[in-house]
Amino acid sequence: MLHIIVCIKQVPMVSELPWDPKTGTLKRETAQGMMDPAARRALEAALQIKAKTDRDQVYITTVSMGPPMAEEILYEARALGADQGVLLTDPCMAGADTCMTANILGKFIRDHCPDAGLILCGSMSSDSETAQVGPQLAEELDIPAIGYARRLELDDHCIRVERHVDDFMELLEMDLPGLVTIDHAGESDLYTPRYVALAGVEAAFKTRDIRVMDRTALGLDNDFNALASSPTKIIEVYSPITRKENRVLTGAVKKMVDTLFDDYGKIISSAMGKDLKTHDHEGDA
Amino acid sequence: MILEKQIWVWADYRNYFHSRVTLQILARASVLAKKNNAVVCAVVFGDRVDAYAGEYIAHGAQKVYVIDDPALKVYNVESYAFLLSTLARQYAPQILLIGATRFGQEIAPRVAKQLDTGLTADCIDLDMDDTGRLVQVAPSFGGNLIAKIITPHTRPQMATVRPGTFQELPHDDDATGEKIRRPLPENMPKPRVRCLKSELQQARVRKIETADIVITGGRGMGSKGKFKKLLDLAYLLNAEVGATRPVVYADWISQEALVGQAGKHIRPKVLFSFGISGAIQHTAALADARFIVAVNKNPNATMMKLADVALVADANQVCSGIIRALKDRIRN
Ligand SMILES: Cc1cc2nc3c(=O)[nH]c(=O)nc-3n(C[C@H](O)[C@H](O)[C@H](O)COP(=O)(O)OP(=O)(O)OC[C@H]3O[C@@H](n4cnc5c(N)ncnc54)[C@H](O)[C@@H]3O)c2cc1C
Ligand SMILES: Nc1ncnc2c1ncn2[C@@H]1O[C@H](COP(=O)(O)O)[C@@H](O)[C@H]1O
Repeated sequence: MLHIIVCIKQVPMVSELPWDPKTGTLKRETAQGMMDPAARRALEAALQIKAKTDRDQVYITTVSMGPPMAEEILYEARALGADQGVLLTDPCMAGADTCMTANILGKFIRDHCPDAGLILCGSMSSDSETAQVGPQLAEELDIPAIGYARRLELDDHCIRVERHVDDFMELLEMDLPGLVTIDHAGESDLYTPRYVALAGVEAAFKTRDIRVMDRTALGLDNDFNALASSPTKIIEVYSPITRKENRVLTGAVKKMVDTLFDDYGKIISSAMGKDLKTHDHEGDA
Repeated sequence: MILEKQIWVWADYRNYFHSRVTLQILARASVLAKKNNAVVCAVVFGDRVDAYAGEYIAHGAQKVYVIDDPALKVYNVESYAFLLSTLARQYAPQILLIGATRFGQEIAPRVAKQLDTGLTADCIDLDMDDTGRLVQVAPSFGGNLIAKIITPHTRPQMATVRPGTFQELPHDDDATGEKIRRPLPENMPKPRVRCLKSELQQARVRKIETADIVITGGRGMGSKGKFKKLLDLAYLLNAEVGATRPVVYADWISQEALVGQAGKHIRPKVLFSFGISGAIQHTAALADARFIVAVNKNPNATMMKLADVALVADANQVCSGIIRALKDRIRN
């Protein structure tokens, strides 16, 4: 039997966020959560492997580290076809950077899923965008890993992965157990996620069968503190969208275009690397 | 035991000289090194890579660590990560910078984990504070928030740097630097990932990510035929063309042109945006655009609010209008 672990993360739903484009402020606390799109593609890859194989031969565990509300995405994963969902949650895990996240996920997999054959992650999450958790989890577990997979091919104890990296198309191969991250950027390819009817998610919710594990259940030290143990510290957060002049032009197109070039021609011509005539009103007068 | 402070740049030369990120980081490292009296070093692994070592010296590296061995011919994350962390343990650089190419973003987290240090992903600026700490500036949340991050206690301070962020130094033929050759360590583990095939895809000459002028078009352009007009404008403006997701889905232009959360991040000096509403998945990739001109029939579209100059008009008419004006105004 092949035991696949899919690491999924809950991220704020960016399009639903109350955000002010002028200041760029995002009210993260009030945000609704959703399954990280890249992790969703990883889950899709697992479901496709299961569909192609004898059903009893593949077992899918989804695991997420996050606040209690992250259980939502685990129920959704159950509704989509995952066999088990595990939520790692404890106040002492808050503020984990990628290293600490990989440590915690790694500890869970090592101690509670010793038979794991294939571990799947998204290549890059939509909120923190680090692309670090997958590779660091592979380090933590000391297993081989391949990033940015576009296509997987399983064959007994070996996996072949096609990927596109920095203008190179590569075909790589490794023995299992191993970790693969699924490319987050593909749009219309193999691992475009399936969707599940709301009723299915509701039914999954009723089962209340997500396993929740805290610090003690995971066997982390009493004084474990992810925030304090993270080697990086955020010292400031700000919005890049500074207040602009935001000049609005209306009226006849010819006039607007002339104003654009007369008032801002310097900026445009220096970016073009060509000279532009800026005052060209002879014909108008 | 090395007493001097060193700033290391891992050399990502695959697809050189199309990809210039290593040279760009060397330029920034030179600025940082001056503040801190540090030595700028490049670290090169591969098979017959001497020419690259020379190139890095001409672009600001004062020392180049080279491991040259036929066994390193193919980029391999596991082997390269092992070599980089082995060398870093030996020479203890203060800072280790890596280009945020896909391969760079794959090797960096592994090295950071092996060295038990922090790593900041995809930085869009790097600075040094008065106490010599590296201030790493990285976007999160699709560029809508920027975080300043430090690595207070562990060394090296590691960051990956977004390609196109810094300007490379001019090639200086007279620059001198020291090449330090190291042998392949005997304890190097056999790589567990085997490469069956690695092919360079046809490289395009210009890239939207690095273009100084980008023209983006959205659904408001109306049709594939009308969208094509933007290409004429791009030719005159010496610009690259990008698009929103509906446009790519409708096949008005190829997937390569997608700008946004699911596509490319751009950083033009001037951005012309035609018929785009400004959904956050799209604008997430525009945070670094310096001057924005937006055209939309709807003055209340988010894209219009983000613009320096917002033209309330039909996108096609403005496109044609700008083409006419340019033909008139470009001095030959
Ligand atoms: C997970 C996820 C990821 C996504 N990733 C991306 C991404 O990477 N990039 C991306 O672009 N989108 C992405 N999207 C889609 C995004 O949310 C928007 O749907 C998309 O950006 C809208 O494109 P648009 O502005 O071209 O179209 P619309 O939103 O339909 O806007 C068209 C605009 O054109 C204007 N208009 C209409 N006619 C004219 C005219 N004649 N002249 C002038 N103006 C006119 C309208 O007023 C309107 O503002 C993503 C969505 C999701 C859910
Ligand atoms: N807290 C988490 N719990 C479970 N999986 C995670 C978590 N954080 C990151 N991941 C996985 O790592 C991938 C890359 O995340 P990131 O390194 O944040 O870009 C995600 O798509 C997930 O598959």
